[in-house]
Amino acid sequence: MRQDIGDGRGDGMRDKPTGDAALLLLADSRLPAGGHAHSGGAEEAVRLGTITGPEDLARFLRGRLATAGLVTAALAAAACELATATADHPAGPYGQADGDGNPPDAGTGAGTGADPAHPWRRLDAEADARTASPAQREASRVQGRLLLRTARRIWPSTVLDTLARAVPEGAHHPIALGAAAASAGCDPYQAAMAAAYISVTGPATAAVRLLGLDPVTVHRLLADLAPALNDAAHAACASLIDDVVPNGPAQNGAIQNGATHDGIAQNSAIQNGAPANGAAAKARGSGWPALPGHTAPALDLLAEGHLNNPMKLFVS
Amino acid sequence: MGAQHDDLHDAADPHGRALRLGIGGPVGSGKTALVAALCRSLGPSMRLGVVTNDIYTTEDAEFLRRAGVLDPERILAVQTGCCPHTAIRDDIAANLDAVETLEERFGPLDLVIVESGGDNLTATFSRGLADRQIFVLDVSGGDKVPRKGGPGVTMADLLVVNKTDLAPLVGADLTVMSRDAAAVRDGRPVLFTSLREDRSAHSVAEWVTSLVNTWKHANAHDHERTTPTTAA
Ligand SMILES: Nc1nc2c(ncn2[C@@H]2O[C@H](COP(=O)(O)OP(=O)(O)OP(=O)(O)O)[C@@H](O)[C@H]2O)c(=O)[nH]1
Ligand SMILES: [Mg+2]
Repeated sequence: MRQDIGDGRGDGMRDKPTGDAALLLLADSRLPAGGHAHSGGAEEAVRLGTITGPEDLARFLRGRLATAGLVTAALAAAACELATATADHPAGPYGQADGDGNPPDAGTGAGTGADPAHPWRRLDAEADARTASPAQREASRVQGRLLLRTARRIWPSTVLDTLARAVPEGAHHPIALGAAAASAGCDPYQAAMAAAYISVTGPATAAVRLLGLDPVTVHRLLADLAPALNDAAHAACASLIDDVVPNGPAQNGAIQNGATHDGIAQNSAIQNGAPANGAAAKARGSGWPALPGHTAPALDLLAEGHLNNPMKLFVS
Repeated sequence: MGAQHDDLHDAADPHGRALRLGIGGPVGSGKTALVAALCRSLGPSMRLGVVTNDIYTTEDAEFLRRAGVLDPERILAVQTGCCPHTAIRDDIAANLDAVETLEERFGPLDLVIVESGGDNLTATFSRGLADRQIFVLDVSGGDKVPRKGGPGVTMADLLVVNKTDLAPLVGADLTVMSRDAAAVRDGRPVLFTSLREDRSAHSVAEWVTSLVNTWKHANAHDHERTTPTTAA
């Protein structure tokens, strides 16, 4: 039933049981992971009069999906892929199966390999570099922390424990989502789909609550976005393939090197030093800096404005 | 903000941690006044933390901080995105995170009080968040409210009927309220208060104290048996 989905899935994952049911659980707004209290900028947009009804909302959602949505989808897919690789090869270059006495990251040097937390910190730094607004960073980390708290009880796994230890203040939401997706049995495409879906359903629900919009009208808007959601998930996965320069149509002219913020320089070094035909595990992650990095200045500004609004209902 | 500690992922493990007391009830019934009163009377003898769930703003947290009943840093506010009952019942992640943040920063604690946002009669705390809960009504909603029932009124470990000082003004009959509450509560306790007149909520504080002592006692035994290392 999924043949028509295409080839966005990573190799080597076809033999796994499909994670369709897990995807439903993960993307369900009833997942008890704190998402209900975030509006993704919609509350501030409502306050400013940017969203007043279904037409504005539709534009807001489309824009959000094309920018923040695609970026989080790609990060979630990358996290899911990393989690799957780590679970498949616990003693591989990402480190052994972990134990409580695991030493902290030996240093900032790239390629230390021994510490399974290290690649998670790197991937989390990629998410950080793509999140310009401090308010959004905080909101993303809070959501990531809450999701991880929940996922570790629902789908316990070494990978989730490792991620929690790697970023104790809370990994960015898409990173936690991708890792949780892998633990739940999803593949990267499904992780990307969950991220893209959540990136629009959260704000849509918030707008229904804040403006009293007709919920059926708003769900119609979401249904209209279905093709765009598929595209976003595909594009997110296309950008994962390390030995292919990401140049799919969805990313034309949109690829932005992730090395724009602090802490990312080392990734550029890794990228430059990792030939496409290197060991698979070594190559994995070398493409992270080239994951989509679309900015959405309006969303950044909304997040910052929201932080300063003393009369808010949502966390973000 | 880092509340995620390696060993805290199973929040359901009660060993050695503080008793978590939920305080719920309709808007304006006196929940914050009760939290303040409990801080006043229990603060000197217990290590406390408070989490508030405001509908708008962080009004309740600010009120409590200004009231000077507790070190302001021990009061955390959770935002509930239009759905106060969701945050205490269906999706308790943010509240658990706040509770554990307090325990991590100031622990060990004896008691963490979680005040819900004002809500309707059906709003109760998840057992995953609160070990025990108090439901606060006031007389000004009319003396029929206990008869209307709802899980808050019927199931809460303690039902508090507040603002008894207003009873004569609104024509509320306290005997009727007492009788109706008893009829639906299956022997669970009901206390009448006027927090305007008794700013330390004597009777409620006594009930909470015995709860905390029982909790500690039970945990001390459990703890010795299961985990001989340091307390959480
Ligand atoms: N007359 C009288 N007023 C009271 C009493 N207890 C509280 N109040 C007043 O009732 C109002 C609401 O009290 P709060 O403690 O803020 O009520 P709350 O349940 O926390 O309200 P929300 O959090 O907004 O749902 C305040 O103005 C209090 O001063 C009481 O026993 N008698
Ligand atoms: Mg209050």
